[in-house]
Amino acid sequence: MAETDGKNGAPPASAGGTTAGSNGKNGKGKVTALLEGGKVVRERATEEIKALKQPEKTDLWKSVLRVKHDETPRSRALGVLSNVFLHLHPAKINRDAVAYKYTWGMGGMTFYVYITLVFTGTLLMFYYHPSKVVAFRDILYLEHDVPFGKLLRNMHRWGAHLMVIMVELHMFRVFLTGSYKPPRQFNWVVGVLLLVLTLLLSFTGYLLPDDQLGFWAVTVGTNMARATPLLGHDGPFGHMLGMTPFNDVRFGLLGGSIVDANALLRAYIWHCVAIPIIASTFMVVHFWRVRKDGGISGPAPVMLESEIKEPRKL
Amino acid sequence: MDFHQLWTIFSTPDNVPIVLLLFVVPFYTWYGMRQAFANDRLIGQLEADPALAKTSHRKTQPWKPGWAKEVHVWPYLLRIEFLAAIIVTVILMVWSITLNAPLEEPSNPTLTMNPAKAPWYFLGLQEMLVYFDPWMAGVVFPSLIIIGLMVIPYIDANPLGNGYYTYKQRKFSILTFIFGFIVLWVSMIIIGTIIRGPGWMWFWPGVTWDHNRLIFEVNRDLPDLFSIKGRIGKLIFGAIVMGIYFVGAWIGMHKLITLTKFSKKIYARMSLLQYSIMQVFLILMLLLPVKMMLRLVFRIKYIWITPWFNI
Repeated sequence: MAETDGKNGAPPASAGGTTAGSNGKNGKGKVTALLEGGKVVRERATEEIKALKQPEKTDLWKSVLRVKHDETPRSRALGVLSNVFLHLHPAKINRDAVAYKYTWGMGGMTFYVYITLVFTGTLLMFYYHPSKVVAFRDILYLEHDVPFGKLLRNMHRWGAHLMVIMVELHMFRVFLTGSYKPPRQFNWVVGVLLLVLTLLLSFTGYLLPDDQLGFWAVTVGTNMARATPLLGHDGPFGHMLGMTPFNDVRFGLLGGSIVDANALLRAYIWHCVAIPIIASTFMVVHFWRVRKDGGISGPAPVMLESEIKEPRKL
Repeated sequence: MDFHQLWTIFSTPDNVPIVLLLFVVPFYTWYGMRQAFANDRLIGQLEADPALAKTSHRKTQPWKPGWAKEVHVWPYLLRIEFLAAIIVTVILMVWSITLNAPLEEPSNPTLTMNPAKAPWYFLGLQEMLVYFDPWMAGVVFPSLIIIGLMVIPYIDANPLGNGYYTYKQRKFSILTFIFGFIVLWVSMIIIGTIIRGPGWMWFWPGVTWDHNRLIFEVNRDLPDLFSIKGRIGKLIFGAIVMGIYFVGAWIGMHKLITLTKFSKKIYARMSLLQYSIMQVFLILMLLLPVKMMLRLVFRIKYIWITPWFNI
């Protein structure tokens, strides 16, 4: 009877308790009851462990994954659709659209490198202070004392270069395949903005080590801003509008008339906060539009000259 | 031949991406154009045989009856993405382990680097500083590049070549883009990295970067060649020359835009606004190689001198 109680889910200790009540004076009876109870617990544990051999049947598993992951087409589709990271994709795509020789994979790889850069960049931020003197020492500290610090910095630097190259190649492919043509015109515009933001991200990061290389590169780069027509003190018509080195567009970029502590802080904030947020927003739009404009452009069947339709008049 | 100098340039860590560019840009140009020419052959076949064009043969990818039109993203796309992510990670890791990011002396405003170079992707703009004043090279041209790229989809009236590589159906646009991207952008980056040395002077690959080198070249202004003196004279002369360039380039570009029967057909589809915008951007883009030529071959600095700006 005790055993059946155990199986029905009553606490095994109560089974021991009833036997202990009838043979109250006998110590031996208590021990047997305890052993009996232990046996029941063990049996239940073995049964539950057996169930764990099919983890996909557990409540925990179901709560996390929500859908079955078997070899049925329905599960494959749901696996993509019900996953927040994968739902960027449709469940099914044109069989030709996976052709690597068409896409070169450059857009996706650019995004992946961007994620890598955000990751390594966040780790670098733990060791970096955006202030004069300290900034350069932080880089030395990263290179010589921080575990894997050198690898981290190298990955961030080369990842940035790689991203610029990949963005340019992505644009080259999109142009060669005419993928900017209707209905994808606007996504090309967003893409151009992303190219500019990529270059700006890379450029603002160049100053942060605060070494001669970055300092002079940024000096050369921002010196061009002083020649901005109308808004720079050296530019055409600038002085007519009252532009001086202390109120023109370059002053706004650097937070001063020379590349100094304020410029370092501004570059840091643009590089680590502002531009990543802006770029991520445009990326969201870019990917969203890829889907909304009908997925990737090809490889489409070729069109012939004789099939050109007359343009619609307004 | 100074191989040590050559090695110093190529092995500078920040120049490695340019060395990479030297390989990947020609490779991908070849990779894309090869598919373009293959598709052009297909287009030729289909045009010769209209019946064939009504079948699956117009697809540029392999096709067999009975194949599903669509495939599941999982696993057919995701496995490619996963593989690409792994390969990129491996490349980045190996690159980062084998090559250290550059770190120079602490920044010192009193000690100018010579040559002081911008990051490699801006070297094209820095190279433009040789040919134009900073307000043009540093502000106007970069803005024009950005805006010019953005307007491309709105001025390209050619409906062909949407979603497949082709050269035959889009000769003008493809040649223009390759001219802008490879001839102007990438090659100027390569000039800025490999050829420009101390004092931003021209050193052919293999020539030692001599910090004491002097160049006894006197740059002249175009009005001086015609012995035009006085501010007003130069202002009017420059305006006339620029006007002649603009009109000449407009006519020349118009000839190019309407060169073939097909391009005439596309031209007929363009609105006046589309056509004018395209002309303006093409003429301004052409100004760069024209000015490079004038400067490098004839040592001419300015064409148009005004009290406010010089071109």
